[in-house]
Parts: sequence; structure tokens; C-alpha cells
Amino acid sequence: MKWDTVIGLEVHVQLATKTKIFSGASTAFGAEPNTQACAIDLAMPGTLPVLNKQAVHYAVMFGLAIDAEIGKESAFERKNYFYPDLPKGYQTTQLEKPIVGRGNVEIQLADGSTKNIRIHHAHLEEDAGKSLHEGDFRHGVSGIDLNRAGTPLIEIVSEPDISSAEEAIAFAKKLHSVVTSIGICDGEMSQGSMRFDVNVSVKPSGSDTLGTRTETKNLNSFKFMEECIVKEVERQIDLIEDGGTVIQETRLYNGDTKVARSMRSKEEANDYRYFPCPDLLPVIVTDETIEELRRNLPELPDARQARFVEEYGLSDYDASVLGNDAGMATYFEIAAKTSGSAKLAANWTMGELAARLNNEDISIANSPVSADQLGGLVTRIVDNSISGKMAKEVFEGIWAGEGSADEIIEARGLKQVSDSGALEQMVTDVLAANQEMVDDYINTDEAKRKKKLGGFMGQIMKASKGQANPQQVNQILAKKLNELL
Amino acid sequence: MHNRTIAELINGLQSKEFSSVELTQHFLDRIGDLNPNYNAIITVTAEQALKAAAAADERLAAGNAPAMCGIPILHKDIFCTNGVRTSCGSKMLDNFIPPYNATVVENFEQAGAVVLGKTNMDEFAMGSSNETSFYGSVQNPWDTDCVPGGSSGGSAAAVAARLAPGATATDTGGSIRQPAALCGITGLKPTYGRVSRWGMIAFASSLDQGGPMARTAEDCAIMLSCMASFDDKDSTCIDREVPDYCAALGQDVNGLRIGVPSEYFSKGLNEGTEQAVRTALAKLEEQGAELVEISLPNTGLSVPAYYVIAPAEASANLSRFDGVKYGYRCEDPKDLQDLYSRSRAEGFGEEVQRRILIGTYCLSAGYYEAYYGKAQQVRQLIQRDFEKAFETVDVIMGPTCPSPAFKFGSKGDDPVAMYLEDIYTIATNLAGLPGMSVPCGMVDNKPVGLQIIGNYFDEARILNVAHQYQQITEWHDQAPEGVAS
Repeated sequence: MKWDTVIGLEVHVQLATKTKIFSGASTAFGAEPNTQACAIDLAMPGTLPVLNKQAVHYAVMFGLAIDAEIGKESAFERKNYFYPDLPKGYQTTQLEKPIVGRGNVEIQLADGSTKNIRIHHAHLEEDAGKSLHEGDFRHGVSGIDLNRAGTPLIEIVSEPDISSAEEAIAFAKKLHSVVTSIGICDGEMSQGSMRFDVNVSVKPSGSDTLGTRTETKNLNSFKFMEECIVKEVERQIDLIEDGGTVIQETRLYNGDTKVARSMRSKEEANDYRYFPCPDLLPVIVTDETIEELRRNLPELPDARQARFVEEYGLSDYDASVLGNDAGMATYFEIAAKTSGSAKLAANWTMGELAARLNNEDISIANSPVSADQLGGLVTRIVDNSISGKMAKEVFEGIWAGEGSADEIIEARGLKQVSDSGALEQMVTDVLAANQEMVDDYINTDEAKRKKKLGGFMGQIMKASKGQANPQQVNQILAKKLNELL
Repeated sequence: MHNRTIAELINGLQSKEFSSVELTQHFLDRIGDLNPNYNAIITVTAEQALKAAAAADERLAAGNAPAMCGIPILHKDIFCTNGVRTSCGSKMLDNFIPPYNATVVENFEQAGAVVLGKTNMDEFAMGSSNETSFYGSVQNPWDTDCVPGGSSGGSAAAVAARLAPGATATDTGGSIRQPAALCGITGLKPTYGRVSRWGMIAFASSLDQGGPMARTAEDCAIMLSCMASFDDKDSTCIDREVPDYCAALGQDVNGLRIGVPSEYFSKGLNEGTEQAVRTALAKLEEQGAELVEISLPNTGLSVPAYYVIAPAEASANLSRFDGVKYGYRCEDPKDLQDLYSRSRAEGFGEEVQRRILIGTYCLSAGYYEAYYGKAQQVRQLIQRDFEKAFETVDVIMGPTCPSPAFKFGSKGDDPVAMYLEDIYTIATNLAGLPGMSVPCGMVDNKPVGLQIIGNYFDEARILNVAHQYQQITEWHDQAPEGVAS
């Protein structure tokens, strides 16, 4: 039997505000536990929330980016449940009147086709703190870190328009690209800046009736999400084909152990008893505010991608890789402008730099090689000062903090010799000193002679301490050997 | 000195007749002698008071001291006081010492007032008799077998017993006006949003409002001038200039249109109370005021609507008291569930638990619309009743409560009978209007309160009307036996 997969995503995006959604405490990541939680975050008696305007603006910007209806009057509600990392005993969130209404996100698939994923709505809410259980904390004791409590989030809820893990990843990456491009989220997945809840169900191919869905919560990497969806689809199909039924439940997936498990069933689900929060007024967003945010909305990934093709002559592939990542895009543009060679700047950004950053798990924003520095390096490749091989050595030097490309070239004496007179002399000297190799070359079949060139190249590069311009040497060598035939 | 009003004490301090230290010591001595008879005060802050008084004396000596400089007052134990236990009348917060001041506390501190201590109250302000306090009930100074009313019974009894010339209080459904009436003093509940709720421990956020209690309307005007302010820490606080309430006290009542709602004189109203109120109205008519019969047709719905909305909000507001972060925690919890349920079962009293259960029920899935949704609609009807009434009248008058102070335990078994104590006061909270209670007679040697309700932000007008009434009557000067000497 053939099966269709139906997936809907709920995406929590931490907004990049300096302070929390209802208090003045800092949202910076990584501080000592409970050092960034003020009386409001701790839900001390008598404290009251005051809405962070920046968080509202960021949410509206997201709405504009996905061409959604903006809720001109949205409202906060209380979602009631007890948990130690939820200090008030309720989460302040939006339900009936979210700030962002229906919208659309277009995704690109590997085969080049596009698909529209509808957004049901996006709402503003506060994040909870973190519970540190055994293993993360002390034996037999659970700890609570409330630094994250009150960090502003938007929760983006998609329609169940996604039909595969591939589409889900494309959608997630597109959202990542949008929120980082407009600057409302730092996109640091490993720090929990974006977290995904995945609703999955299967149905017989072509059927109109949706199957029972499960929800897997809190996935914080694209890879884990993909694994989790693939496994969950498989599990559901196996279950049904073996005569069982899928039960509606909330599940957890452990990306490290690759094990998924049930957290709670529908029967155990909380009655959250939502009601309007009496401590907060309705959030009014005026047309003027919307228009101002629209005017100042940073470039969106799709537009940027098109511009990269148009303005820099990049291939569609390069433009999509660079254009979809706000950090890479900014980096690339600086390097391209500094060096004057977009193509080389693109290659270096996507190649050497991206690989190195990836290996060391560093985000491009924290790259040890700045965009200006990479631009300087590319400049020296373009003007033939250094060879591609030397460039890699210079890159390592910049990475290690030894200074700019020019400083390293100077310090290490890496200047490439491109003076044709000097190179001709060098080739002549090497040929003269290696008569046996020359004879061997002459006596070799024409078809195989090309292979022998490498030996001469090695000698010449050695003689020049690697500084001879290889392309030029190649031409001179071929010419001189031809003359000897 | 304790027989003087705040206005008179201000004169005494400014004319150097006595110092703030002398005045403060006098009241501290009275509290030491008499409070055991009434149990009106939970915490006495003698040391801080004398220090503040000495500082006030310096400011007074230096000239241009603020209005209430050196005047001793008491705070209801619902207002957070930095470094001083704030119990809210509950075992839950018996060990809670806030690291911050309520805005109201801060405002009085800025005005130079001297805080003598914290007054007893119904637990979390839930009660109309002060019998629900963890610290025991408060005795009515007029008859120590009777209740002082609630929830601000401690503040009312303290002012009536002249343990302080004024006290702060809060009113969610009548908690300032009803105890003021039962203790024969003057109390004002301002318009919702006039006084900051920051640091005032929440019962029902959309109804709670702080206000002053004193012996005269003039003293309430002096206190409200200090107490009211715009506060950006409370999103529901309204940014509107605070008028000089004392300056507005000189206008006669000639031509004043007094609305008399027929619903406030229906069955259930004590005969003596009705007579006292009618006499008061006649007295004002003699002064040129016009009595206009009006109808507030939805008055009967106010008690049921209130007992849905207030418990619903309370059920969420009190979730933060979970034994995790501060306050009472049960001994040796077995697990998280046990920690929650026993901390709350042992830390909260019966009435608080009853209201949490009512509120939780009303918000539950399947009941929300029938209870909370309906109650919100009723709330709008009640608001409209008042809006319509204020098209034809300047103020509305009637009894504050159905009968004078009742005996301890007389309504203990019947929560609904207790809830009906607030039948005339609750509607103004639901509408957010300002209301006062002014002594207007005696029944069986117990005081009767006249309620004066004003339009939104019309505190100056109702204070003036009350003041004019007190210029021609002496009910507010009466003292319980043994108190004045």
C-alpha cells in the first residue's frame, strides 16, 4: 500500500531583543544560571508585566516578510499549567487574537520546483526557563535556570501542507533564512534560538481523510528534525500495516541516541484554561507603524538571491546558497566589493571559509577571518600576487590571527613571481640542469608527454620556492619544450 | 494627638507644636497598648518608623517638606514593603520579605510619610469579614464581638481605633468601602488605573485598586494626592494628571444631581441602614442638591458575575505560590506533584482554596463560555447601566452595605450570605468606577456607611461631596468607646 505523509510545523523563534518580553532583564545567552532573571521573571508577588515594543515590531516584521495579515489589535492570554520552570504558573501567550494572521512561505525543492506552505498564524509569547535534571545538574536534585524565562518568542504555525522530510527541512531552512535576513532572530540553532515541533500523520495515498497525528516537540537541528520525521513516518506506517492504530500523543526525540519516545497521550493532556491576561492591554499596531516597518524591512532571501544573479553574475546555485543565509550573504557582499571579484569571493566564502567554519562549529558572524580580510586575500589572487596554493596558506595565517593577507604575504615572503623574463630564465635554468629529463620527454610518445610536465613543474616550483606563477610557468615550459622537439 | 485628623496633624507638625518623632512614638505606644484588643496590625515596624520620623523632622526643619512629611500611616499587608514581611494575610507568605517596594509604598515614602506597620486582612484579600486571615480575625472597635468587614478590616479597625490617622487599603469588590462603613470611617476606592498596582499582591487583576482610608474625606484627599500616580511598571495604570484633590474641596453641593438607584434600596437592606442613608440624602437635598431616582437594572447580576471573574483571575494569579521559589513549602515532598499539592493545601486557607477551585472550574474547557464568557458580557451591561445613569446625574448614592457589622461566625457556614455583603459595592469594581464610603449614622450603636459613586476619574468631585457632607454632619467625628480618650 502506498502512503501519503502529512506534516505541519510549529516553530518557536527567539526574538533578538536585548531585554525580555515583559521585563528589563537581559536575554543574552550563556550567563550563569539565574543571573538574568529579575523579580518579574521570578514571578515575585505584586510584580507586573510591561510589553517590550521591540518584540511587537519584530513580530510585525515577520508578518510583513511572509506577506501575512497583521493583527492590528492582538491580545495576550494566560495559558495555565504548573511546572517549576514556569514561575507564574501560566505562560503569557496569544490565542484568539494573534499578532500575525495567515501568510505564505515558498520553498524550493531539490528538483528545482517550488511549493507554497501556508502559515496559519504566528503569535507572540514568553519562553519558559530550563529545568536541569539529573545528569545536567546534581545527583538526585533538579535545578531550575530562569535566565531564559521571559525571552520573547514568536510561534509560527504552518498548515499541514508539508508532505515529506525534505519539504519540512526546506521549509525550516527558509524560515531560518527569513528571520535571520530581517534580523529578528540570531538563528543560533545550538542555543535554541529556533526550535521545531513536528506534527506528523500518514494516510493511504490519495485519501481525503487525515490520519491520527503525533507531535514531536522541541527539535533544535535540521538534521534531528529530518531523522525524526523519517523515523516517525516509518513507525506509523509499520504500526498501521501491522494492524495497529496511531494514538494521538506528544513525543520526544533524542538526537544523540536517535531514540524517540512517547511523552504523554491526549488523555493526559492539560486543560490550559486560557483566558485574556488582565495585566496587559490589547496590543494596537497602527497603520503608520506597519508602513514604517514595511519601508525599513531588510531585503528578503528571495529578492537577495535574484539580485546576486543580476548584480554579481552568480550562478543560480551560488546565489541560492549565499542569498539564503543572511550571514553568508552579508559576508560575501563585503568580500566581493573589497576584492572586485564576485566569482572568486563567492567560491572562497562557500568553499574554504564555510568548510572551515563548519568543521570548527563557528557561525559566520564569529568568523576569525573577517569579510574584509577575505576580500583582501581574493584581491591578491586576482592581481596574481599569489597562487591559489599560496592563498590557502595565507588564509590559514589570517585564521590564526596573524594579520591581513598583505601582512602575511610580506612576512612570509610569499610574493608570487609573475615577471615573464625572470620566469623564462628560471625555466631555461631548470631545463639545462636536467638534461636527462629533457631527453626522456623528447623520447616519449606525444600522447604521454603531457604527464611528464609535472616533473619539470616540481623542479621549477622548488627552484622558485613555490613563488612562480604556475599558469605562466606552464605556458613558458610548454613553449620551450616544444622548441626542443 | 490621636484624635486629630491628618490635616490637623500636618498643621501641628508645620507649626512645630510637636515633632514627627513625638507623634510617631505616640501612635506606636497606642498600638502597643490597644492593638492586642483589635488584632488590626500584623507587623509593627517601630524602629524603621522612628528613623523615618527623625528624617522627616529634619526635612520639616529645613522647610519645603512634602505634604505628608512626618505623618504616620499604616499599609495594608498586601502592599510589598522592601525588607519588611508582606504576608497578604496568608500562611503562604508568612516568611516572605520582598526586596522591592510597591509603587504606593514608594509614593508615600517620597511624600515623607512614616510607616508604623502592616495591617491585618482577609487572606489574599478574599473575604468580607477579616475572618479568613492566617493571623486571626480583627475585632471591630465599635463592638469587639463583631467583624470589622473585609478584606481591609485591619486598616479600617486601626483607623477607627485611632492607632493611625490613615491607612492604605485595596478594593476588589468592596474591600475598602465595606470595612470603612462597618468601622465608621471614610474610605475611597479610586477609578481603576488611577493608583498603580505594582507591588500590590494581585487578587483579581482587572478589579483590584488601591485607595486610602482615613477619618475624613479631606484626609482621604490628602492621601490620594500622594498615592495616585502614573506608573509605567503597571500597564493598566492610566497616564493622566493627578489633580490637587484638596484644592477641589471647597465647592457647595447646590445643584448637584444625586442619582438614587432603586435597586440599592431593595429587600435585604437593613431598615436602620436605609433610614440613615435616606436621612443623609435629605440633608444634602437641604443643601441644594437634587435627588434623582435612577435605575441600575443589572445590579442583581453583579454578584454572580463577580464571583466568576474574580475567582477566575485569582486562580491564575495565585498559581505562582507553588512552594518552588518563595513562600511556604511543605515538609519532605515526595515528588513534584506532592510538593505542589501539599504546599498549596497547607499554605492556603479554606476560602482561598474555594475561590481557586471556583475559578479553575469556570475557566475549564466546556464551561468557559457559560461562566467566564457570560460574566464578561454581564460586566459590559453593568458598565452601560452606569454610563447611562451618569448622562443625567453627577454622582450616585446609596448604602455601602446591607447592614451594620455582624457577629463573628454568623456568616461563616454560608459563603453566599457573605458574598451578598458586597452587593452594593461590587458593581463599581466591575465598571471600574470610583466609590467612597462615608459614615452617615448609627444602628444599634454601630456605624452605617453612605456610598458615593462617581464617574470615571471623578475622585475630586466625590471627595468634595463627601467633604461637604462632613461639614454639616458629625458622624465621622464619632469614636468607639474608650478610643478617643
